[in-house]
Amino acid sequence: MFYREAGDYKTTYQDDNQTFPIKFDRYRYYFVLVVAFALIPFMLNDYWVNAIFMPFLIYSIAAIGLNILVGYCGQVSLGTGGFMAVGAYACYKFMTGIDIWLGGVQYALPPINIFFSVLLAGGVTAFVGVLFGLPSLRIKGFYLAVATLAAQFFLVWLFNKWEWAYNYSASGQINAPERFVFGVPVTGPNTEAWATYLFCLVFLTIVAVLARNLTRGSSGRKWMAIRDMDIAAEIIGVNPLKAKLTAFAVSSFFIGISGALFFSVYLGAVEVGEAFGINKSFLVLFMVIIGGLGSIFGSFAGAAFLVLLPVLLKNVLVSGLGWPTDLAAHFEFLIVGALIIGFLIAEPHGLAQLWRVAKEKLRLWPFPH
Amino acid sequence: MKKTLATMALAATMVAGPVMADLVFPSLSYRTGPYAAGGIPFADGYADYFTLLNERDGGIGGVKAKLLECETGYNTEKGVECYEATKGEGALVYQPLSTGITYQLIPKTTADDIPMHTMGYGRTSAANGAVFSHTFNYPANYWNGASIGINHLLEINGGDIKGKKVALVYHNSAYGKEPIRTLEELSKKHGYELNLVPVDHPGQEQKSQWLQIRRDKPDYVIMYGWGVMNQVAIQEAANIRFPMENFIGIWWSGAEHDVLSAGDKANGYKAITFHGVGRDFPVFDDIKTHVVDKGLAAGAGDQVGNVLYNRGLYAAMLAAEAAKTAQGIHGTADITASMMRDGMEALEINEEKMTALGMPNFGPSFKVSCMNHGGPGLGGMTQWDAAAQKWNLISDFGPSDMEVIQPLIDADSAAYAKENSLEAGCK
Repeated sequence: MFYREAGDYKTTYQDDNQTFPIKFDRYRYYFVLVVAFALIPFMLNDYWVNAIFMPFLIYSIAAIGLNILVGYCGQVSLGTGGFMAVGAYACYKFMTGIDIWLGGVQYALPPINIFFSVLLAGGVTAFVGVLFGLPSLRIKGFYLAVATLAAQFFLVWLFNKWEWAYNYSASGQINAPERFVFGVPVTGPNTEAWATYLFCLVFLTIVAVLARNLTRGSSGRKWMAIRDMDIAAEIIGVNPLKAKLTAFAVSSFFIGISGALFFSVYLGAVEVGEAFGINKSFLVLFMVIIGGLGSIFGSFAGAAFLVLLPVLLKNVLVSGLGWPTDLAAHFEFLIVGALIIGFLIAEPHGLAQLWRVAKEKLRLWPFPH
Repeated sequence: MKKTLATMALAATMVAGPVMADLVFPSLSYRTGPYAAGGIPFADGYADYFTLLNERDGGIGGVKAKLLECETGYNTEKGVECYEATKGEGALVYQPLSTGITYQLIPKTTADDIPMHTMGYGRTSAANGAVFSHTFNYPANYWNGASIGINHLLEINGGDIKGKKVALVYHNSAYGKEPIRTLEELSKKHGYELNLVPVDHPGQEQKSQWLQIRRDKPDYVIMYGWGVMNQVAIQEAANIRFPMENFIGIWWSGAEHDVLSAGDKANGYKAITFHGVGRDFPVFDDIKTHVVDKGLAAGAGDQVGNVLYNRGLYAAMLAAEAAKTAQGIHGTADITASMMRDGMEALEINEEKMTALGMPNFGPSFKVSCMNHGGPGLGGMTQWDAAAQKWNLISDFGPSDMEVIQPLIDADSAAYAKENSLEAGCK
């Protein structure tokens, strides 16, 4: 009844092409934005931000990034953890001031504002992503997965080995010093819950809007053409070199941003093997698969599913039912695993497809044929 | 949702009966994952000591101790979740038993005014209390451990290890990298040759590392391992017939479960320790009467007397003593985290105290001060007897080379202070 195109007249092409052509969708989108920006910041405490919202926001960015590569362009990648590490370490170097030794003289950049450090870290990651994306021009499918897996292991090894990357600290840990945006601390120990939340939310919003519009535009259509059949795409005039490498670049840019935020705002101190290991690559890939390949909403849904569910289960089982912590931890694996299998059997196209089906039903409601 | 959870939690506590629980000790434990073998006995020991205090003495200074256990799986993200979930409950002191989580919590605990005790792990330079106001790592740290290992080599070689080859097999993480600088400095001083052999997390596959050791033929191997890495390393060392008495583990690489799987071949393996091993202490009788026999033992209750169980027990004892000290200083039984910090900084452990607690000679006597959060750095050597299946203390608790370590601590803590623009100083 409410959810339909009928009656929503559009008089310009611009209106006709907007992201959410259905009025109900549009209002829902504005509503979510208002709640996220204007309501939630006032209701937060440290636990909600650090245990729930921050991982959700940051993993959403990573999932959107990976979704562009895997879901839209069809290039399987297992290097997400490594690319997040590039983002984290690049951000660390930018926010503490890059130092370069040339001919025995040290040239040091001053520390860069954290907002721009995160963006620059995304840029560095995009560059690295393009480098590791080059093999995708020759190899496909599982073989490409293996090539990106090599990136994962190489990058983790690199940041363990390369002392310059962690400013020669004895333990190889990187620590985010206190940094400010408009005089408000967003990294370091003295942050307010709302500040870190808003900082990540701003990035997520930018990334999501950008991704949505890129995938709707010509570059997105090129990616999807490559995904659906690369030879046909080439024949109709899609340049596979450009399409694949832009997908790698954009995807890595987003993943780099998520890695930078993951280190600087969320954890504050990371060590590469523990935080950005192969597990991270799989986790983000599972988010994309469970959420739905080739869907921005799916990235959010997948991230929410895999971040929030374990926390919820832990709270219910340990705090609520008083189970021993180890039993609860084991049951978490069981329940999450069973749910993943269940979901994928019931809906192989992920949570986004459930959402799509629901919307289709809603269009006809309450008078289905 | 939060409200429902709160009501459910409330319902659960009401069902369990009214417990006067006031002094909250969070236990960020890990009973799952690749490091669970070490996490379980430590968590059990930590929990059992507080149960013992509640059952035998009616708590600490008349106030019951309450243990809040939270599973981290040795994972930093879960560690953050656990910290945030427990800090609001009046947590007095954090002991995360993970160097990675420690690094994260150092600035956070300082900002939240909650002390953290990282006994024998964590950031070594936290021994400088002028910079790390809320982090304590008494009675010994990684660098002491490295030096004690080298001292032992000096002792068995009559004071001269010039030209000897020493290999360091280490967990390739912040934890394993900690001793490298100390060992390098010591090698300059004593003239041995240091070889670094990193093992990546989790360390189930070490064939190439031990092939390298077999080729290089080092005289001694020192290991900084944890979790499944230890068992694998000892097995691999046995496979290449490396003489076990020349193989020395740090205190995190010297528990029963590490050596048992290699059977008789592990006989003679050595490990550094900073506390007593075995169960020949009166406190274990009390634990049996008041905890195990009453069915209150944590976990499966099968870890009592293990090396890491003893370490958990020791950590809990130091925490309880610090709480008592804090109660004495502030004249109230109901202390806060901030008071607990003062108690830890004024903590004094001596032989009479330990004897009174049923733990004579369990650890060194020491006194914490603002300048020294690291204790005396004493350590001893234990050796595994595969036939009797027990660890034996084969040396006294000896000093480490503070002449080398102190400048390293000063330099590293100064770097931290500079990085975070901290004003160093004792109030």
